[in-house]
Amino acid sequence: MIEQHLLLKRVDFIFVQDTDWEKILQKSIQRPKQELINELISSELKGRGGAGFPTGLKWKLTSEVEGSEKYVICNADEGEPGTFKDREILTRVPYKVLTAMAVCGFIVGATNGIIYLRGEYQFLEKPLKEAINEFSYFCKKINLDFAIRVFMGSGAYICGEETALFESLEGKRGEPRNKPPFPSVSGYRNKPTVINNVETLAHTYTIFKYGAKKFYDLGVQYSRGSKLFSVSGDTPKPGIYELELGMSLQDFVDEFGDGDTKAVQVGGASGFLVPRKKFSETAIGYQGKLIGISLPTGGSMMLFNSSRSMYNLLDNYLEFFREESCGQCTPCRIGCQQLLAGIKAVKKGDRPAPYLDKLLKLSETMQFTAKCGLGQSVANSFASIVENFREEMIY
Amino acid sequence: MDSLHNRIVALADLHGRTRESLLPILQGVVEYENYLSQRSMVEISRELDLPAAEVYGTATFYSFLEHRKMGKFTIRVCKTISCSMMGKNQILLAIKDMLKIEIGQTTQDGRFSLVETNCLGWCHKAPAMVINHEVYTELTPEKVREILSDYLKKEL
Repeated sequence: MIEQHLLLKRVDFIFVQDTDWEKILQKSIQRPKQELINELISSELKGRGGAGFPTGLKWKLTSEVEGSEKYVICNADEGEPGTFKDREILTRVPYKVLTAMAVCGFIVGATNGIIYLRGEYQFLEKPLKEAINEFSYFCKKINLDFAIRVFMGSGAYICGEETALFESLEGKRGEPRNKPPFPSVSGYRNKPTVINNVETLAHTYTIFKYGAKKFYDLGVQYSRGSKLFSVSGDTPKPGIYELELGMSLQDFVDEFGDGDTKAVQVGGASGFLVPRKKFSETAIGYQGKLIGISLPTGGSMMLFNSSRSMYNLLDNYLEFFREESCGQCTPCRIGCQQLLAGIKAVKKGDRPAPYLDKLLKLSETMQFTAKCGLGQSVANSFASIVENFREEMIY
Repeated sequence: MDSLHNRIVALADLHGRTRESLLPILQGVVEYENYLSQRSMVEISRELDLPAAEVYGTATFYSFLEHRKMGKFTIRVCKTISCSMMGKNQILLAIKDMLKIEIGQTTQDGRFSLVETNCLGWCHKAPAMVINHEVYTELTPEKVREILSDYLKKEL
């Protein structure tokens, strides 16, 4: 049982409309840079795209690198199945993201910002550009040298991986690079780059507006603040909800389930499937010592009731990964194909049930040897589905 | 010179002739001819002074940059899990039935092409599809038939 979890609590920061962005921008760029960085660090905000890297540290690292040419990039290549929160942020409160990018540029010493928008959201390009025009006008007025442009993706999940995104921005195939060097040292055009998820930037706006404490007071140890959750699947109320981090999955299901929830996919296809029996021992947040099993997430929460076949689920994910693998490294390219072919063969009876154990070993190999997060995280859903619903894979 | 060539030159003038302009130029050509023909890729490679293989390699990486001939309206039906659970197959059936094409095919008049695509980000309003860049959500077979009827009235 979890000792330290919070009851599910709705929070309303991100989507609150405010007219203060001009004031916040102006006030922020008059503060010492170190003070802004310390504010972010003490808020303990972590990356909301899913990876959970501390945002303050990211900005600090980039600010410390020598160089006059640096970039701030907003990652709006929201492609994880079950995630749709970034679109809403850019639709409803784009000025928060733009303000955050400009403050970031001020801190790290960058004069250029880019929003990488996924091709599927092309309808957002025009309103976003209009918001940028208005924003740029104000930047000029206060003598802040910071330009933002939108770059359209063209339908590639992998471009959400930061280094693949840089490659795509540079006009190439979206194939991830080796790390290190990390983006803070060598990112877009091999220059120091801060790259943040849309939601992360929106949270920094809240922090600059209200101070770190208001953010830090929400959540639990290691998982501070609130987070947007994209809720879909078998639920009577699909949609986007801002919740305090650290709730148990049981509380989440009590609120959003349809009364017959069999399992929840936390973190999209690259995340974990949690079966009903583990709801109460699972918390939503970043890894920490105090809260038992804790699952980080980019906010994708998909609920499945007992009418759903977990085999179909896995089959769907693996087809997704097989198609979206960039094909650059062998473990991921071949691994995704073989995992999919393997579960099909077991289901058909062409392979005996213990073959699933071989496939589990293969997914483990991918976790250790794949070049980027895509190939490494296929094992998350693969193992959590096969281990918890083995009989559904066979019969 | 013909219109495709002029179009590519205009796109290169607009976006620049560096490697970084490649994606916006490819996107611009797809807007224009619905897909990337071999000829357009060769023309782009000349215009940007890049090997044609590099242009082809980049173009074929992205699923929205089709390199097979497509109709004027490309229907992309989301097949990822939420849409799949919420009746994607009925939507596909309705489209196939109405347009008499299978997935991957184009209608004889060159109006519609039908493909499946990965997560469009409308899981809470599944099932979803896009026609070119127009989004349609919470689809039912009836709704799909209405939408397509409207497209049938549009000029080719």
